[in-house]
Amino acid sequence: MGIAGSRTEATRGGIGSVMTLLSPVRSMASAARLVLPACAITVISLGLLIEPTVATAGGMRADQGLQGKTEYCMECHGPSARGFVGYYTMPRLAGQSPEYIRAQLAAFADQTRGTGFYIRLAKVHALNPGLREALANYFGGLNIPSSGSVGSSAGETLYQQGAPEANVPACVACHGPVGRGTGAIPRLAGQLASYTRNQLANWTKERGQESRASDTSAVMIPIANNMSKSQIDSVAAYLSSLK
Amino acid sequence: MKLISSALGTLIILLGAVTAWAGEPETSDFGQRFVSQNCSWCHGVALQGYTTAPRLAGQQRQYIEMELMSFKNHVRDNPLSQEVMWGALQRVDGQVARVVAAYISSLDARAANDGNEHLTGSGLAIYRDGDAADNIPACAACHGPEAEGVGAIPRLGGLSYRYLKRRLAEWGEGYHARAAYPMSAVASKLSDDQIEAIASYLSFVK
Repeated sequence: MGIAGSRTEATRGGIGSVMTLLSPVRSMASAARLVLPACAITVISLGLLIEPTVATAGGMRADQGLQGKTEYCMECHGPSARGFVGYYTMPRLAGQSPEYIRAQLAAFADQTRGTGFYIRLAKVHALNPGLREALANYFGGLNIPSSGSVGSSAGETLYQQGAPEANVPACVACHGPVGRGTGAIPRLAGQLASYTRNQLANWTKERGQESRASDTSAVMIPIANNMSKSQIDSVAAYLSSLK
Repeated sequence: MKLISSALGTLIILLGAVTAWAGEPETSDFGQRFVSQNCSWCHGVALQGYTTAPRLAGQQRQYIEMELMSFKNHVRDNPLSQEVMWGALQRVDGQVARVVAAYISSLDARAANDGNEHLTGSGLAIYRDGDAADNIPACAACHGPEAEGVGAIPRLGGLSYRYLKRRLAEWGEGYHARAAYPMSAVASKLSDDQIEAIASYLSFVK
């Protein structure tokens, strides 16, 4: 549609003759630069005529019950709570230990976790404490397929045997043979690799529980600190591939 | 006769919705030529946006590429997409989309600054932390603390208040884009006041 348009040989004749006819128009246009293409005029007219009607609030917005809340959670934590990598990585909740989820919700609320973020995690996780158990059970009961991500044999070795020379114990001792965790110890199997990497690399900063830890997560502080970047990367990749 | 031919010729050219292909995508200035011949008419000379056509300059490369194909494949279906963008991009293909997106994303972007200044505080609050009481997630979780976006998630900072308001309303009305989880559900829950605040705040973000 550009007047500057195609100059290929095939169209030179046609364009050339039309250009001649247009010369008074072209000189006006180039002089004044006030001629808007018809499409722009159409677009502007349509824009001025359209009055967007905003959908009235209702449904999930007003639903402070379980379903409204689970939908809300999954808008960040991904469809079926499989996790979502946005600007930040929101971890997978599906299949997570309900006791662990409840403990995290409590930690967000009393700010023993997540105080170092741009987003105030206490605010986004604010909910009626009576819903904690229901939410935790809901997400804990979600079964989802394996992500199919590529694992890591080095990561598997590290997970099963630890790295004694670096004072890194074997993860299997607490997190179980296939990373399912139990009780207060979280499931790691199938967790998003970027989330696991972030947690291990920044444990003190991310968890904020160093001096106020009342749960068992304090045990991770020296472990995470002792892990090298390549160890973190490999074990995170291994865990993300587990079902 | 000559005057009538001139007018007719002008009309034919100006009304033509055929995109002018600017040579082969491999040439180094293909992106710039494509944009100047096809996009700047509506999106502005420096792609800063003009009335209903949003700013494209400085947008996330992957997002632009995705949206170009989304228009071509008729996935993004809000009214102006159907009326203008489907025709404009009917001949685009994956390679063109990639090259053009890379060029557009490299352009400097200016903030529209056209929102309601008095609402930027409340807009920031929703953008940053959402509103758990209304089940509104924090926009920043996906779109970033500076509304810069990442990957296929668009940059919102500095987009026109009018454009953002319209898009949030359209999500709420059920219009689609290609990979827009979870925008339909999120926008459906926003009140008029929340949309006003968010769109205003974002229009000022550099």
